[in-house]
Amino acid sequence: MKIAVCIKRVPDMDVRFQIAADGASVDENGLKFDINDFDSWAVEAALQIKDKDPATEVVVISLGPDVVQETIRKALSMGADRGVQLKTDKIPFDSIAIATALAAELRDGGYDLILFGKQSADSSNGVVGAATGELLGMPVVTAISKLELNGATGTAKRDIEGGQEFVDFPLPAVLTVDQGLNAARYPSLKGIMAAKKKPLESKPAQLGATSVTVSSMALPPERAAGRIIGEGVAAVPELVRLLQTEAKVL
Amino acid sequence: MANILAFAEARNGELRKIAFEAVTAARSLADKTGGAVHAVLVGAPGIAARASQLAQYGADVVVVVEHPAFERYNPEATAAFTAERITSGGYRAAIFPTSALGSDLAPRIAAKLGVGLVTDVTSIESHGDALVVKHPVNIGKVVATVKMTATPALIAVRANTFTPAENPKSGTVEQAQPVGDPSAARVVVKEVKLGGGAKLDLGEAPVIVSGGRGLKAPENFKLVEELADAFGNAAVGATRAVTDDGWRPHTDQIGQTGRLVSPQLYVAVGISGAIQHLAGMRTSKTIVAINKDKEAPIFKVADYGIVGDALEIVPALTQAVKAAKARG
Repeated sequence: MKIAVCIKRVPDMDVRFQIAADGASVDENGLKFDINDFDSWAVEAALQIKDKDPATEVVVISLGPDVVQETIRKALSMGADRGVQLKTDKIPFDSIAIATALAAELRDGGYDLILFGKQSADSSNGVVGAATGELLGMPVVTAISKLELNGATGTAKRDIEGGQEFVDFPLPAVLTVDQGLNAARYPSLKGIMAAKKKPLESKPAQLGATSVTVSSMALPPERAAGRIIGEGVAAVPELVRLLQTEAKVL
Repeated sequence: MANILAFAEARNGELRKIAFEAVTAARSLADKTGGAVHAVLVGAPGIAARASQLAQYGADVVVVVEHPAFERYNPEATAAFTAERITSGGYRAAIFPTSALGSDLAPRIAAKLGVGLVTDVTSIESHGDALVVKHPVNIGKVVATVKMTATPALIAVRANTFTPAENPKSGTVEQAQPVGDPSAARVVVKEVKLGGGAKLDLGEAPVIVSGGRGLKAPENFKLVEELADAFGNAAVGATRAVTDDGWRPHTDQIGQTGRLVSPQLYVAVGISGAIQHLAGMRTSKTIVAINKDKEAPIFKVADYGIVGDALEIVPALTQAVKAAKARG
């Protein structure tokens, strides 16, 4: 099997973000970056296939400036075989521009499976994976939380509102990974050492045209400061009164 | 002429609430651009009977495509039909739901048409030649204003944001044929399992009661369920800690990697308020928190907080809500 996993470097979300001087991006000073959660589960899914069939090659692809090489190295330290950086100074917001570059890289790669996280924590658009698959003309299943492969076909579970869908698809295919599929492994010390010697190629990203641009960013209005109305069971009548008369939701 | 297309999501022959939200968003945009709203309704034979409901919310035309292979969601054939219709109809914009179905469908269409798509959109304005939309980024901690210059602009609206507004139009039914053979799709939804019929979905429930580790044991989730039952219109959610531990299914998880919700009322029971969780519920209209630690971050966003043991307070609240409901 030959598997590609497309990953994104995103900021740690556990901070108070500031808007950068351009007014249309987030100030990156002081932010910590790591592989996007959903993408780490996509890497894990590929590695679990490789665990069963060691002949499997796992190629990790990331689009962005040179700092994404760190993120690729992390996936290599988890156990992926080699990395490809599609180099661009700035990652466009337009998902189709990104998908075009990824499809150009993947098209003649001979991959049996191409995996993505279902969306990135930062741009939160959830478009690139399915759009890349569509540009490649491959079968696409999105937001999977369970996967079984049986030779030339597979079955995936998708969580939908109030239930699940079970989806059959032929390989080669493009899949995007939701939470629940697995828990990502931590890189071992041996894996970290080995990753330093694994091949990592850098080439220019062949981005598509952009028709969607961020014109400004802002922090959302703060919620009014929280209010504690009381302690213990004694506060319940006051809560019910407020829900009826003030919030009018009861 | 600047007609707007709305994709009307149906499941099991019934329209979903977000179908009316998409039509409402399309109507509001069409009224600004001076065009008509065409709703696309895809389903098994008989789905055309639902067209009049779409007319009620502002669809001038309902484009119906019926085929037995549309009984369950058929991603490839639905995308092929809708993309072809968007192109041949010359629409200014197409509005999709941000839902399990819409998030799968809209990117396929964006790729087919080679135009940008913005999902999880909370507002849509028309500025000259461009459409300008708002889209939360960085788990909702930042809001991006996004300019869309291509025609058509593809927009997927956030659930529970464009409140369905009745605005009756003619809703002329136009029967259309599928593009290609829907039975020949490569990707096939072979089975759909739906949870207990009466339970409301998290994305659509006006009230959500959610539980976290403060409930101490999985069996105590029944207190959360009883409170939800007392409200009558409530769904049950959970934190990532609880779903990771297997107390509740992953599908119940509210947060950065789970569901994003914004109900009228969110009741957080035994939830400390980790960033990961707040990202999924901070836009709720009213937030109630019950937690034993008065320093817990959840109290910073709670409109009404009660400090104390959830296992004692929740049953009392359930009784009080039942009594309030009984009084009407």
